[in-house]
Amino acid sequence: MSAAASPTGAASAVSAGQNPAARALIRRHRLRWWEALPWIAGIAFYFAFPDYLGFGCDLLVTILFALSLDLALGYAGIITLGHAAFFGAGAYTVGMLATYNIWTEPISSLLLAAVAAGVIGLLSGLVLLRTTGLTLLMLTLSTMALLYEAANMGAAYTGGFDGLPSLPIGPVFGVFEFNPLYSNTQYLFALAVLFVCFVFVRTLVYSPFGQSLTGIRENVLRMHAIGSPVRRRLIVCYTISAALAGVAGALSAQTTAFVNLAVLGLDRSATVFIVLILGGYGRLYGAFIGAVVYLALEHFLAQIYPAAWQLGLGLLLVLIALFARNGILGLGDALARRYRARRPT
Amino acid sequence: MNALADIAGILLGGLAAGTVLFVVSVGLSVTMGLMGFVNLAHGAFAMFGGYIIVLAMNRAQYGFPAALAMGFFGTAALSVVLERLLYRRLYRAGELDQVLFTIGLIFIFIATITIVIGSETQNLQLPPALSGQLDLGIVQYRTYSIFLIVLGFLIALGIWLAFERTRIGGQIRATVDNRRMAESLGIDVDRLFTITFAFGSGMAGIGGGLGAEFLGLDPQYPLKYLVYFLIVVSVGGLGSVIGVYYASLILGVLDFVLTLYLPKGGTIFIYALTILILLARPQGLFGRKGL
Repeated sequence: MSAAASPTGAASAVSAGQNPAARALIRRHRLRWWEALPWIAGIAFYFAFPDYLGFGCDLLVTILFALSLDLALGYAGIITLGHAAFFGAGAYTVGMLATYNIWTEPISSLLLAAVAAGVIGLLSGLVLLRTTGLTLLMLTLSTMALLYEAANMGAAYTGGFDGLPSLPIGPVFGVFEFNPLYSNTQYLFALAVLFVCFVFVRTLVYSPFGQSLTGIRENVLRMHAIGSPVRRRLIVCYTISAALAGVAGALSAQTTAFVNLAVLGLDRSATVFIVLILGGYGRLYGAFIGAVVYLALEHFLAQIYPAAWQLGLGLLLVLIALFARNGILGLGDALARRYRARRPT
Repeated sequence: MNALADIAGILLGGLAAGTVLFVVSVGLSVTMGLMGFVNLAHGAFAMFGGYIIVLAMNRAQYGFPAALAMGFFGTAALSVVLERLLYRRLYRAGELDQVLFTIGLIFIFIATITIVIGSETQNLQLPPALSGQLDLGIVQYRTYSIFLIVLGFLIALGIWLAFERTRIGGQIRATVDNRRMAESLGIDVDRLFTITFAFGSGMAGIGGGLGAEFLGLDPQYPLKYLVYFLIVVSVGGLGSVIGVYYASLILGVLDFVLTLYLPKGGTIFIYALTILILLARPQGLFGRKGL
């Protein structure tokens, strides 16, 4: 958590900000110039690669999903391999509402999906978050498998293994139609949703609530000792994270007009876990970097040499676990620090 | 009479599957109990051993016992190399890094097997002595399944005796219970772990070969059965041989019954049961310490 390099910005200093540590803490949530870059890139992508907007939608959905996991895993330290449970819950909410023509308006569908996934997150969180470590890992995995088998069992409603194809999705604001052949509307819609969700998450992690989550991750015992309601905080965080994952799942169902059992699978959970850690967890932008690197590599390599892609990915994960504990962004930080140390300021 | 034969058939089929699960998972339980290392790649060792065994029999025409021995020692040797070079660097790391590292290992194994051998399913050719049917009085059943059940029982008994009666078994139990205390008493935990890791991986290799006939053996093996290995270990209790044995047999029979009568989504009951057991006893049925 290093502060920005240059010691400027004294204009907005509060009187308490004379202490360097206090100054650094105050500056932490300040907007930085480069925080505009992802959004500029997102809009530029729309104009530069009109043929790849389907891939772009996939990318935006993955970023949002990884961001939701970052909240639970990166900030609160809840190690879960079952986050696809909420992604799938959101996707199936949208999918089933659309297939049976109950509700197709996209924005309110997203909210409904968030509520559905959030409720599942709340209920499972109430029970699961009493445990830690391997037990918690197993319980999250089992919850996901449970939902998967439930969706498989209720094939009459969920379409079972084949899923629900060609979902009818209503136009955004009643005007902008989702064209199944060209993903223009889908892409911009997904970008807007991601932006709103990101602003929400950013505000949340820099709030006192977010700080207490980091505290719980770093030292549970101490947070208990200072009287922080640890379990309640974790449950609230898990619920919010689940709701966001639900939005990501819903967005995936809307942009592809399709949902099947894969949204609830271990593959999905493992992928988002890898994406987040590849980029760097507990730092908001890790989700962006990880998703871009992972999906770009997958998109171009996996089609040519599937086995080589898997081998490369495996080696990359092993190397990251051994040498670069904070992912790509952590590696960048370390390099920047070394560069700064060598140059006298 | 027919119903009785049906029940016996289901039990035997389930117990045989459960036995394979036990042989694969027992090492995982002990190593996780010793070091608290979340080794998701354990199934990859099972697959590696399975390939050695199947290829030794199909391509090099070795006998079944010789192939099993090769699978055991080959996998154990590989695991020692990986443990010395890579695993040990992450003992003190967080679960997150351990999970990431072992997922990476799984991918490496899957890709390597796919590239070197191919993605098709390998079939185990049973030796003639094991491929027939055996008359048990109430039911005729596959000789191989009965062989597996008996072998599994003997292995469980052997490991249990080694745990309870030998010096090294006592050291393992002591370390699982209280690692710091065991170290203070002069137990070389490092060496102990390497030995158990190698033995556990070797057993997993044998399990991969034994189960190849009905679980199938293809490069996706470590991911396909990962959740089952983890369920057995966490429900049975870390570091508990008996716990893993019971949990494996129960899971084997349940899975057999459910896929027979409720092929679509029937395994939901397995996950529900797992969740209930872990909530009631987070340390597992026979575990003595928290996970």
